[in-house]
Amino acid sequence: MSRPEYQAPPEIYYGDAEAKKYTQNTRNQQIQADMTYRAIELLNLPPDEPAFLLDIGCGSGLSGEILDEEGHIWAGVDIAPSMLEVALERDLDGDLFLQDIGQGFGFRPGSFDGAISISVLQWLLNAETSHPTSSPPHRLTRFFTTLHSALRNPSRAVLQFYPTSDDQIQLITSIAQKAGFGGGVVVDYPNSKKARKVFLCLFVGGGGTQQQMPKGVEGEDDEHARFERRREKEKKRSTSGKRKNIKDRDWILRKKELYRQRGKEGVPRDSKYTGRKRKATF
Amino acid sequence: MVRLITHNLLACHVKGCTTNNFPLVFQDVQVELQEAEFNPDFIRNMLPRLEWTALVNAAKQVGDTSLPLEQPDMMDDELLQKLHHALMEIHIIEGAMVCQNCRHAYPISNGIPNMLLAEHEIG
Repeated sequence: MSRPEYQAPPEIYYGDAEAKKYTQNTRNQQIQADMTYRAIELLNLPPDEPAFLLDIGCGSGLSGEILDEEGHIWAGVDIAPSMLEVALERDLDGDLFLQDIGQGFGFRPGSFDGAISISVLQWLLNAETSHPTSSPPHRLTRFFTTLHSALRNPSRAVLQFYPTSDDQIQLITSIAQKAGFGGGVVVDYPNSKKARKVFLCLFVGGGGTQQQMPKGVEGEDDEHARFERRREKEKKRSTSGKRKNIKDRDWILRKKELYRQRGKEGVPRDSKYTGRKRKATF
Repeated sequence: MVRLITHNLLACHVKGCTTNNFPLVFQDVQVELQEAEFNPDFIRNMLPRLEWTALVNAAKQVGDTSLPLEQPDMMDDELLQKLHHALMEIHIIEGAMVCQNCRHAYPISNGIPNMLLAEHEIG
């Protein structure tokens, strides 16, 4: 099993079964909640003021629930009908839309005080058909330009995603900048393999005062498991294919030397045949 | 759940549909009322972003005629209450939203509007 975004388009991958599984998994809930709190922190909204936010790829509303708790009013868009159905059952306060973010938004200019998106952007990086409008750069451009106009000036959009390479980060940030956004990438726990999280922190306008780029959280992860299991599994598998055999000739010679030092009897002598591969006859 | 607050911010996003694409007109709607917490500060904050005539017309289409036709200069508590009711408590459950310009219909089923476009409509 590889990364979910490689297996099928989101509306198919998150079918009825996967939508239920995703929402009920306490581990997912924990990760999603942690990232949502961090995203709200990065949004840097004025304190004690209810804001009108857009949740991009709201899914079953795991992050919407937290927005409700924090007293914000929100609208969510997602492309997976099954996820939205689960969201309906969960009785959330936000408005839900079935929408493909790669087709752009229809919101009027200056509608939202901010936007968050948790674990979504990587889904935009695959082309589903050969039609020109489904190429990733085209979809990203459409997404960022319409998002930029839907946000108020000044405001922020914080988008957490799982890039597979630096090229992807480069592509996404360059398109966002072309669409008029300022800001860039914030990496939390950059030195931890497991807890590393990439947030795209985008600014709309600045109004004379430059917006300060927030800093990523340093250090290792704490008691929480801040990563998704399957992503770690996938990584393990991809590296295991290339791994060299540990028990090579050097290792055998070292072990034999050690046994001789310890006075073990019957250690075979070293020769040109030591640790040599058998012919592939068998 | 489409509330009037989001309806008032929603324009048609079909390719090339840039004029007269707001507001979307409701068709055969079924409405449900759900109480929400009254938050006067939020309503006040939202006011500059709302299009008053579009809001009044939309409210009429879903059967709420309590709002005055012209936007009053002064916002008293009573009016804020009415606004709150219209914006936050009226949920459109079934029906459709139709663009007046390109006639694209966004169907609403089970409270969720379908905003997906066909391939030739993507900008």
